[in-house]
Amino acid sequence: MSSVTEIKQVRISLTVNGERHEHEVEPRRLLSDFLREDLGLTGTHVGCEHGVCGTCNIMLDGRTARACLLFAAQCDGAEIRTVESLGTVDKMHPIQEAFWEKHGLQCGFCTPGMLMSAAELLERNPEPSSEEIREAVSSNLCRCTGYQTIVEAVQDAATRIREQANG
Amino acid sequence: MKPSAFHYEKPSSLDGLLDVMGKHGEAARILAGGQSLVPMMNFRLATPEVLIDINGLSELDYIRQDGDSLSIGALTRHNVIYDSPLVAELSPLMAEAYKHVAHTTIRNRGTIGGNLSHADPSSELPAVCICLEGHMILRSKQGTREVPAGEFFLGALETAIQPGEFLAEIKIPVRKPGVGSAFEEVSPRRGDFATTAVAATLQIDGGICQTARIAHAAVADRPARIESAEAVLEGSALDKARINQAAEIAASETEPSLINYHGDADYKRDLLRALTKRALQRASENSVN
Repeated sequence: MSSVTEIKQVRISLTVNGERHEHEVEPRRLLSDFLREDLGLTGTHVGCEHGVCGTCNIMLDGRTARACLLFAAQCDGAEIRTVESLGTVDKMHPIQEAFWEKHGLQCGFCTPGMLMSAAELLERNPEPSSEEIREAVSSNLCRCTGYQTIVEAVQDAATRIREQANG
Repeated sequence: MKPSAFHYEKPSSLDGLLDVMGKHGEAARILAGGQSLVPMMNFRLATPEVLIDINGLSELDYIRQDGDSLSIGALTRHNVIYDSPLVAELSPLMAEAYKHVAHTTIRNRGTIGGNLSHADPSSELPAVCICLEGHMILRSKQGTREVPAGEFFLGALETAIQPGEFLAEIKIPVRKPGVGSAFEEVSPRRGDFATTAVAATLQIDGGICQTARIAHAAVADRPARIESAEAVLEGSALDKARINQAAEIAASETEPSLINYHGDADYKRDLLRALTKRALQRASENSVN
C-alpha cells in the first residue's frame, strides 16, 4: 500500500453509561481519550497509557478492559460503563462507600480503575476471599495504600451489597 | 503517547480478511485483543499504516476437540480458555500455565492467537505449545499450512508467519493417559511476564519414563526444549537422583541470553535448575492417570 491511502473517520454508535452516543472518530482515537475528551467523562483516568497501571479500566460489554488499549473505532455497538455509572457524591455506590469508609484510597488517582475492577469481581463473585480480591486488584497499580485497605474495602463492599440485596 | 495515524479496516469474514490483507500488504497489521500491539503503537514502536481489526470474526473463536487434538481458534480470549473445563480436562498443562498468564482485565481482551503471533520470549503459552509439540495453523489466499510449534518461534517477536498469512488456529495433542505435566514459573508479581518458566510433561509406564518433554521460557530470545535434559530421563526409572541430574543439565547446558533487570544469567540458571526439578517432580507425581 502506498502512504496515500486516505484515512477515513469511523462512524460509531455506542452506549456509555446507558446513554446512546453517535460520533465520528479518527481511527487512532483511544477509547480513554474518547471518553475523557469527546464525552467529557473524566472519571476514567489515564496513567501509563500502555495497559500496565489499570486506572483507565472500564467495562466493555460487562467485563473490564483497559480503555487505553482500545480504539474508540472498535467500540461501535458496544456497551461501555465507566466509573461515573457507579454512583454520585450524593448517592454513592456501596463499593464507593466502602472505599471511603475503609480508606481504600489516598491520592485517588488509581481509584476509578480499582472501583471498576472491584465491581467486576463482585458482580461475578459476591463473596470473594481476600486471596480472590488480591488477584482481582493485582492488575491495578496503587502507589499510596499498600493495598491492605483496598482489600478491606472490597470485602466491606461485598458485605454492603449482600446486606442491600437482603433488604 | 498516542499512536500514529492509521487506516482502519474491519473485515466481517475470513475471505474479507484475506482480501484486505492482500490489498494492503505489509503496510497492515492485524489487531486482535490489542494487549501487546496497542501498547507498542502507543509508544510508536509499531506504526502500521493500516490496522485490520479481526474482532468481528467469530469463526476464529472456539475451543473444540478434534480427535486426538485440542483445537483453539486464534481469536479465543485468554479468559475463555482460562475458565474452560474442556481445556482443563484435555490439556492440564495449558490450564495450569494459564494461571500465570496476565491479569483478569488483560485476559478479558487478549487472545491466544495474538499472544502466539506476538512471540514475546517471556510469555508462557509459546513454551507450552513447544512442550506439547503443538501446531500452528496458518491461513493465506494460497490455502492452509501447519507449522510445528518448535519451528514457529524464530526469535524475539519473530515467527514463521509469512506476509499474506495469519494464524487461524492452535492445535495441541490431547493429554494421553499416564502423562503427567507441570508448569513452574517465577515472576516479580503474579500475572507478570516470567523471569523464568519451565513446562514439563512425562509419560511414565511401569515406573520407567517413556517420553519427557521440557521447555523453558524467558531464558533466551525464544522458548525452546531442553533436549539434553529430556534424554537423561527417557528410558530411566524416575527417582530423585535422576530428576536432580536432569535439572542440573537444564541449568548447565542452557545459556541464558534474555537478560534484564529481573534476572541475570546466573540467576536464570539457578531458576532453571530449581524450576526444572520442581516441574519434573510434580509431573511424575501426577502422571498416574
